Amino acid sequence: MTAAAVLDGGLGLAQLLLVLAMVLAAWRILRGPRAQDRVLGMDTLYLNAMLFIVVFGMRSGSTIYFEAALIIGLLGFAATVALAKFLMRGEVIE
Amino acid sequence: MTGAGIPVWLAWAVVIPVVAGAALSFLGATGLISLKSFYDRVHAPTLGATLGGFLIVVGSIALPLVVEGRLVLRDLLIVVFITLTTPVTFILLARAAVYRDRVEGNADAPEEA
Repeated sequence: MTAAAVLDGGLGLAQLLLVLAMVLAAWRILRGPRAQDRVLGMDTLYLNAMLFIVVFGMRSGSTIYFEAALIIGLLGFAATVALAKFLMRGEVIE
Repeated sequence: MTGAGIPVWLAWAVVIPVVAGAALSFLGATGLISLKSFYDRVHAPTLGATLGGFLIVVGSIALPLVVEGRLVLRDLLIVVFITLTTPVTFILLARAAVYRDRVEGNADAPEEA
């Protein structure tokens, strides 16, 4: 096996595992049963999407994907905190 | 595809942490669907968020290092950021769930400390 084949296959396997994790998180969003379960599923979904984009950037050799992953991390954190606040109080900003 | 010129063992050394990190994330997501109550499930995704993300970023720092001899440490920002924010988000979410369960009188809400 050549080095390029090892890198391509290994990173492809990592991407496949991350996509399967995203599918499981999406299943939790759809099934619920309660609102906090859906928020937890969304949090897992964006974390795995961020890691998927990091691996995608490794495969393509481009540095643009790092910024995309960082922005997803920042916005996902804000979204989950806002949703947790909403579940607790019924308002995001009081 | 980059990295055609490096030795095969170095390619394995880059790929193994990335696959291990992705497998840990997948394991955390399986816990998300297999565990029974919300208070069990809230622990599962932290597996992928901490060690899973760390191992994938180790691979993404190692790849430009072994291919071009270029040390890029900015990917560590992602690890630092996830490690700081994940406990905050999950403790807020768990407290919101406890509050909702107590208000509705559900039996699976934790006891008052």
